[in-house]
Amino acid sequence: MFTEEIMPPPAPAHTPVDILRFNTCGSVDDGKSTLIGRLLYDSKSLMEDQVEALERSADITSGGQINLANLTDGLRAEREQGITIDVAYRYFATPRRKFIIADTPGHVQYTRNMVTGASNANVSIILVDARLGVIEQSRRHTAIASLLRIPHLVVAINKMDIVGWSEARFNEIRAQFEEFLPRLDIKDVKFIPLSALNGDNVVTASPHTPWYPGPPLLGHLESVHIGSDWNLHGFRLPVQWVNRPNNPRDPALHDFRGFSGQIAGGVVRVGQKILALPAGLATTVKQIWTLDGPLTEAFCPQSVTLVLEHDIDISRGSMLIGLDETLPGAGTDLHAKVCWMHPRPLQRGKKYLLKHTSSTVQAVVTEIEHRLDITSLEPESVPSELALNDLGEIRIRTARPLFYDSYATNRLTGSFILIEPGTNATVAAGMLLPARELVKPEAADYII
Amino acid sequence: MTNYHLDHLQHLETEAIHIMREVAGEFERPALLFSGGKDSICLLRLAEKAFRPSDLPLPLLNVDTGHHFPELNEFRDRRATELGAKLIVRRVEDAIASGIASPAPGEISRNKLQIPTLLAAIEEFRFDCCIGGARRDEEKARAKERFFSYRDSFGQWDPKNQRPEIWNLYNGRLHSGENMRVFPLSNWTEMDVWEYIGRERLEVPSIYFSHRRECVRRHGQWLPVSPFLPLKPQEQTRELVVRVRTIGDIISTGLVESPAETVDDIITEIAAARVTERGSRSDDKASEAAMEDRKKAGYF
Repeated sequence: MFTEEIMPPPAPAHTPVDILRFNTCGSVDDGKSTLIGRLLYDSKSLMEDQVEALERSADITSGGQINLANLTDGLRAEREQGITIDVAYRYFATPRRKFIIADTPGHVQYTRNMVTGASNANVSIILVDARLGVIEQSRRHTAIASLLRIPHLVVAINKMDIVGWSEARFNEIRAQFEEFLPRLDIKDVKFIPLSALNGDNVVTASPHTPWYPGPPLLGHLESVHIGSDWNLHGFRLPVQWVNRPNNPRDPALHDFRGFSGQIAGGVVRVGQKILALPAGLATTVKQIWTLDGPLTEAFCPQSVTLVLEHDIDISRGSMLIGLDETLPGAGTDLHAKVCWMHPRPLQRGKKYLLKHTSSTVQAVVTEIEHRLDITSLEPESVPSELALNDLGEIRIRTARPLFYDSYATNRLTGSFILIEPGTNATVAAGMLLPARELVKPEAADYII
Repeated sequence: MTNYHLDHLQHLETEAIHIMREVAGEFERPALLFSGGKDSICLLRLAEKAFRPSDLPLPLLNVDTGHHFPELNEFRDRRATELGAKLIVRRVEDAIASGIASPAPGEISRNKLQIPTLLAAIEEFRFDCCIGGARRDEEKARAKERFFSYRDSFGQWDPKNQRPEIWNLYNGRLHSGENMRVFPLSNWTEMDVWEYIGRERLEVPSIYFSHRRECVRRHGQWLPVSPFLPLKPQEQTRELVVRVRTIGDIISTGLVESPAETVDDIITEIAAARVTERGSRSDDKASEAAMEDRKKAGYF
């Protein structure tokens, strides 16, 4: 049924202007994988050998019926059990944008996987089965999107064909959502009625929804404004690597000492005064070095190498910050929301390694303040431990001070992971809450 | 520069540079897998972007199956010299001679024998991290791969038990004997690779561009005639104008008939292509889980 639809695509002027990352979440059988398959198929992002492989497996397993979900279920166990085990990434492009899809499974371990798939997303797509309406899972997925502060949300109301394309049903589900949305922190929500199986309102507008004035899903993803999703206020450069040529052939490089990293916030300019932490010493930016030549200014998330006016003790894990805008928090006592990602629960008093930007420090969990209700994000109980897939608010003490922003201000300098020593497992994703104390530049305002 | 905007290639570039520098910061003995193919050519440029003006803080490693296109090896050696990089080559031939790798009876392909050869090289040099040019868009099993892919002391990948990767925070911690495979190009597509090669004006081996070559039709593909591919009775060779789209061994790399002479021609060709890049690799066609099985055994 699909082969006849394949037409030679127009050779596109292949110049996507930017990248949009989105993740899809839904329960088992909401049609998530089918939706992704449909997006790829209808946007002509599938190749003949992929369609051929689909048809081959259709003949073997499902009596000739092509299963679009087989496109994303990459591992043998997944195909056999008809489930999605882990986060799978898919790519496609239209002339307007390049898209990165993180497909996260809806069954057990959904919280952990969704946090993984959604952490870098610009958009989260929540799939809702039009027959079932808003269920517990829909609330959870929306809450996690809110917790991770994903800038844009799409509620894709799927299987509309089964409810006779009923506008009343669509409005009913929309009202169910709007009831709990105000309690969460989500700014931009779009509701789209569709049928992933039949392709209505996925890539092309459906003739069945004259009452729906908006764009199909792809049209929305192509046009949603993501320009302001990066933080451009408050310069932050976590130093990843000290760049010191060993035996440079070029004599001009004999004294070269640069600090390499990806700008995690704001803008930096040559001549700008900056503060190096934890040294607490101020200096100015002498040069912004890149392989493509020096820059006069650079911004988040560019990767650069800074040469500074003074010789200061800076190494991997140091943070360079701007002095003219918001200052970061500083300290060893941290307050954070966490998602627990490991079968071995979090216990108070246990020591972990905490990785924040480019620095890894020892840390101890001093307090588990509460577990958060997974659908409302409200404090729920004061537990003695946090188990796999739990969300909670905790207090942590670190062996060395951290320089950080709240997650609400900056995703990159406001996030961390916890690593269990011994097993080296990544056990938690953490989002920092606002600091009690900020860096005090006046205390350090001298130049050596 | 008042418009603080990065286009899609600049985004992919800064993400990859960040990962390269994390490797330099977190591992003691990293290596970069460099074959001379288009993906690893991009990796090398990204390494330059991450580490210049210093020397590259990691050697280049290549597993030579003995069935490489000669053009590829020539390019590999020359590029390493130009960059002043240390190149380590370990040969499947030698691994067979020393008993590290044992070919299955009658098997001509060296594909699987790369695995023990690579693992032996990792052990020999005690590499704790190998940067590779694999991309998630290449293959279904690779779509599930992390940027930092943990391998146990047998080199195995366990897809059901991967470390979650959240934001841009990568957990690179290992016990001795374990190994990390790191894939900075995870989010790149075939098109991105060629657009980057075009933008950066990177040189690629001549076989990516159209040239005349003796070919033989086998399993629905044009394979290059070489001493490693004895002709079967009744097989006819033909001289065609072809190029390679992806480079594997000379016995398994399907050639595509193409007039593409420049990077721009290739980009136009890919934009209109109707089969995937891996569709021309017979090593991947063995079964639906061919790549998954090789990765679990230690393939990159």
